[in-house]
Amino acid sequence: MAERDDFPEQAMQYAPQLYSAAMRLTRNSADAEDLVQDTYLRAWRSFSTFQEGTNLRAWLYRILTNSFINKYRAKQRRPDETGMDNIEDLYLYKRIGTLDSALGSRSAEDTMFDMFTDDEVKAALEALPENFRIPVLLADVEGFAYKEIAEMLDIPVGTVMSRLHRGRKGMHKLLYDFASERGLIRDNAFSKTTEPDHA
Amino acid sequence: MPDCNDTLRELEQFLDQELTESVRTEIRGHLAGCPDCLQAFDFHAELRTVIAAKCRNDEMPPGLMQKIAQCFGTDIAGQSTAAADALPPEA
Repeated sequence: MAERDDFPEQAMQYAPQLYSAAMRLTRNSADAEDLVQDTYLRAWRSFSTFQEGTNLRAWLYRILTNSFINKYRAKQRRPDETGMDNIEDLYLYKRIGTLDSALGSRSAEDTMFDMFTDDEVKAALEALPENFRIPVLLADVEGFAYKEIAEMLDIPVGTVMSRLHRGRKGMHKLLYDFASERGLIRDNAFSKTTEPDHA
Repeated sequence: MPDCNDTLRELEQFLDQELTESVRTEIRGHLAGCPDCLQAFDFHAELRTVIAAKCRNDEMPPGLMQKIAQCFGTDIAGQSTAAADALPPEA
């Protein structure tokens, strides 16, 4: 894989997923397109620093997230992290997790898959402050391990874990808000779960 | 054997596959006998699948692949390489 001639083909297979990730980061297609191109340009230029045996996909995501942070962080308004800590654990689950059993039968994944639209899930992730959005994207969407994320963002593993925990709660709360705005969640589900009593 | 609180505390790390095998086994043991915790774990596993599927399905703009290929066309010295020569010129 360290062959320079093979690099373009090997690297380009990740373009669609890098583009989706860039959309979640920049939140618009023009910037996402620029960010992906910039990522490949940087990757090509710093190819000599890519070490054989390391994970090419992780290396590209590292370049993507760092390019984003360097290029766009200054442009965006100061992230609002207030309110992120006031969300109880298992927020969404306590409100909708037992709906299926309450409503009777449950047809596998259809229920939750149909409960939220693609746009809502994207919006919930994109609404997170950057410090939380990037780890959640890397872990929950891209499937990277804590250690990989820590290396990409140059933060300790413990910080990755706490940002994931808080970021996920923030995202789940937004999903709940979307679902209840659309009236998908019935009043009885509301009243049933006002007490955080699971386990 | 972990109780419900111990188990739920490990939910995220369990789903992230970041626990040691021995802790995973203990958690699995609890889940096998606790429908409430199992339901919470299943819910979050499913939610994770839904989030991943819905957040990575953006369609690339037409022409982006070609632009990316052109990134490889110029090395640091600005010399054209075979990878770029093989592509049609940009419209």
